[in-house]
Amino acid sequence: MSFSITDPSRRQKWIAGILVVTYAIVTLLPLVWIIATGFKTPPDSIAYPPKVFFSPSLEGYVNLFTSRSRVTPEDLAALGPPATWYDAIVRQYDMVITGPSRYGERFLNSVIIGFGSTFLSVFLGTIAAYAFSRFKVPLKDDLLFFILSTRMMPPIAVAIPIFLMYRQLGLNDTHLGMILLYTAVNLSLSVWLLKGFIDEIPIEYEEAALIDGYTRFQAFYKVVLPQAATGIASTAIFCLIFAWNEYAFAVLLTSGDAQTAPPFIPTIIGTGGKDWPAVAAGATLFLVPIMVFTILLRKHLLRGITFGAVRK
Amino acid sequence: MAQIVIKNIRKEFGSFTAVQSSSFTIEDGEFFMLLGPSGCGKTTTLRMIAGLELPTSGEIFINGQEVSQKPASQRDIAFVFQMFALYPHMNVRKNISYPLVSQGMPKAQVKAKVEEVAQILGITSLLDRPVGGLSGGDRQRVALGRAIVRNPACFLMDEPLGALDAEFREHMAEELRALHDRMGATTVYVTHDQLEAMQMGDKIVVMNHGVVEQFGRPQDIYDWPATTFVANFIGSPPMNFLRFDGSVAAGATAVALSGHSLAIPQTVEAASGALILGVRPENVHLDDTAALRGRILAAEYLGTTQIVTLDTAHGQVKARIGSDTVVRIGDQTGLRLDPRAITLFAPQGRALLSVANQRVLAHG
Repeated sequence: MSFSITDPSRRQKWIAGILVVTYAIVTLLPLVWIIATGFKTPPDSIAYPPKVFFSPSLEGYVNLFTSRSRVTPEDLAALGPPATWYDAIVRQYDMVITGPSRYGERFLNSVIIGFGSTFLSVFLGTIAAYAFSRFKVPLKDDLLFFILSTRMMPPIAVAIPIFLMYRQLGLNDTHLGMILLYTAVNLSLSVWLLKGFIDEIPIEYEEAALIDGYTRFQAFYKVVLPQAATGIASTAIFCLIFAWNEYAFAVLLTSGDAQTAPPFIPTIIGTGGKDWPAVAAGATLFLVPIMVFTILLRKHLLRGITFGAVRK
Repeated sequence: MAQIVIKNIRKEFGSFTAVQSSSFTIEDGEFFMLLGPSGCGKTTTLRMIAGLELPTSGEIFINGQEVSQKPASQRDIAFVFQMFALYPHMNVRKNISYPLVSQGMPKAQVKAKVEEVAQILGITSLLDRPVGGLSGGDRQRVALGRAIVRNPACFLMDEPLGALDAEFREHMAEELRALHDRMGATTVYVTHDQLEAMQMGDKIVVMNHGVVEQFGRPQDIYDWPATTFVANFIGSPPMNFLRFDGSVAAGATAVALSGHSLAIPQTVEAASGALILGVRPENVHLDDTAALRGRILAAEYLGTTQIVTLDTAHGQVKARIGSDTVVRIGDQTGLRLDPRAITLFAPQGRALLSVANQRVLAHG
């Protein structure tokens, strides 16, 4: 069989295709399962053998967003016909909606903390990476290693000292505390990634701008930043994915005001039986922002990952 | 338009000295070449003139103003980079207008200026194209456009033709020189290509290891090199060196090589020891009657001329002779050296002053 770099044979294409499809199935199946479970009724969700085909229901979503309480059939009858479609769903189980659940708040906390820390890590990371890339920084290599080393310990190893520190500073269970914490953790990633991207930008662009009459900051802002956009976008995605999905710090350091969605979603199980559809609905919705963000920056992400591999 | 004076300029990077106490003057309107092998300090010197590096010590005057510690933006210079450094996220028009925008020039005026410059460079049709898709030559023209659009006091160019292929380089060199003649602006041009330097420059500074070896007109440098480094670096093939032990007194008109007397230009300085006699290949003639003997090792045919390599008692010698002369490899022959074009070098490699070269070399 002849081998060519440019033209894979039919067989090679088939093998590659099968591998990709297999990998996609393995990674996507749990997702499909979660999304499907979100639209099942509680009995369907725990049916054995598992139901692949089922009649969809929004019960999981209703339960996710509401607090409910059980009432006697007589009281229920006295209420009259249900006013809304979600009232109707709840009343099948002799229950009434008593108010919204905390999911919305927790979700909003995740958005504030996730995007806030992502912005801060990318902002500080860009500035630090630029300095490391362009200026003579004393002990540069040691500093870079030190920055990276902050990522080497598992969160659980530092959670207790951080908890004690935060208690002193009054940062426990606050948005600011979580944003600062996630920023600190992500900063190592963003400095290292962005330094790589900025190293790739020829210094001549800035020098040309300096000679063209711009200040150092203008050269950075008008010439370097647009060039680094790809790197900044992919770094932002990585930072957001970490901050969005982070569980260990969140479960240990937040309980009320600043609790993010990851530690909250499992607690849904406890409120009113094993409500798997509500948990699945919570997880599904939780995926949406990061999916949208990634799709929006997809082009940058792909270019970002392969950046520098090939010279233009 | 400007005169640039460099006085005892020095640049150290940590413990490494890139440029050692160099001085030279670039006259208004000159096309001035900084020539030397890589790592000789020529680019560092240019960057210090530009303000991209600050000298460790020394002074730089542009039009009489001391600028050595001023930022690049205040020096009224334009810089053309080897890799062009066109802003990749802007189209051609924006690239060229960028320096004007930074000065706060009104939009209409910027537009007119850019169009005028594009006309000069013949790139009007490219103005709205992104720079990414341009050929090397067109990128170079855009880079030049960005430089000339501001009418700077001088142009600094760092191997601007280095990234072009050989065929196009020739053409671009002519274009550059023509542009310079038309604008009459002082140009400082860094190159490691001695042919380019000879071809384009009004004056050349030859640098090596951060030291200015020689400074002058291309022809003077070629004919009367100040050091063996310059003699060897300039010319292709370079100057021949015949090594011999001996001594010359001031006023001598001949040296003794292997017992034969060889005529040289009348010396002004005396020297003795391991001397070097330098002669350009075109000043070596094959002559059976000559006393200096050599065996023919090789002949390279170059069209109108050929380069004949001979083995002599004082080392290999290359002669550039007409290609109509028939040479046979292995033959013994005599070498006649043109006595008017010989330079003697002292053992350390410095040229000895003679009646012929003292006009060019002003030692001390």
